[in-house]
Amino acid sequence: MGYGILMSAGDEVDFMIKGLFKYSFFGHEVWITTSHVCTLIVILLILAFAIAANITMRRASEVPTGFQNVVELIVEKLDGMAEGTMGKHAAKFRNYIGTIFIFILISNLSGLLGLRPPTADYGVTLPLGLMTFTLIHFNTFKHHSIKEVWVDKCSPLPPWLPIWLPINLIGDIAVPISLSLRLFANILSGVVMMALVYGLIGQLALIWPAALHVYLDIFSGAIQTYVFCMLTMTYITNAIGDAE
Amino acid sequence: MDFNENFIRGCSAIGAGLALIAGIGPGVGQGIAAGHAAAAVGRNPGAKSEITSTMLLGQAVAETTGLYGLVTALILMFVKPLLP
Repeated sequence: MGYGILMSAGDEVDFMIKGLFKYSFFGHEVWITTSHVCTLIVILLILAFAIAANITMRRASEVPTGFQNVVELIVEKLDGMAEGTMGKHAAKFRNYIGTIFIFILISNLSGLLGLRPPTADYGVTLPLGLMTFTLIHFNTFKHHSIKEVWVDKCSPLPPWLPIWLPINLIGDIAVPISLSLRLFANILSGVVMMALVYGLIGQLALIWPAALHVYLDIFSGAIQTYVFCMLTMTYITNAIGDAE
Repeated sequence: MDFNENFIRGCSAIGAGLALIAGIGPGVGQGIAAGHAAAAVGRNPGAKSEITSTMLLGQAVAETTGLYGLVTALILMFVKPLLP
């Protein structure tokens, strides 16, 4: 045991990320871990779905049938979510929001397949938070002049008295950290709970853990996906402000 | 003073337990949110779905502080940063 990517591989409580094999990268020891493998599986699933959707939509008909219905429903829901939060700015961001929504959702749900969800690794959620961080500040500087940003960062005090500036900067840096930690800790708590159930009372864990999976994987995962996308959209909309 | 390894392990376990006291806050906060949502549904039953989704969003955000406590406890228990 210890080298499977499956969660419930052993008889003891074990929810850690495991290294599968290591290689040398310019003299550094780099490990391929379970997170890499699970991310790859998730990406392959999404890729297969995307190719199937592309093939279907190439010969799309006016009246949708079968698989085309599903694809149109997903796209409509994601666009509706982006439009409901971002309003007129949604057109530029709905592709990004839809992409991270699908990726995080499938990652969270991959616990159902017995994989260790990739989002239960801080190395996966921190880049997601940093992408949001980059988008926020790119859009701040795109839509506002340096002077406006300075005044905003010094608020609520007047701009010639930048006492409040460090506090505002810390608040800015806290955004990606809280975003990524929220997602990471939620999914990790689900992983830990399932590892405890399967590890400590594995003999008794027959059918009823399905209810726990429904709550910890499906409900919690879907809510956290929604929250992540919602907060990303809110922050970006705030960064753009009432420009244009 | 030098402490042996088991002392540090024990203190880490106590610290992990204390970190989970953070769970009180989100419990109270989510309860307040759910209570107000129930009151809102009582006043305006037509807006039930919208109230529910707003409540769940707020609760998920309020849960964060408790999860920080959980992460701290897990780090103390499994990463063992205090051990030499």
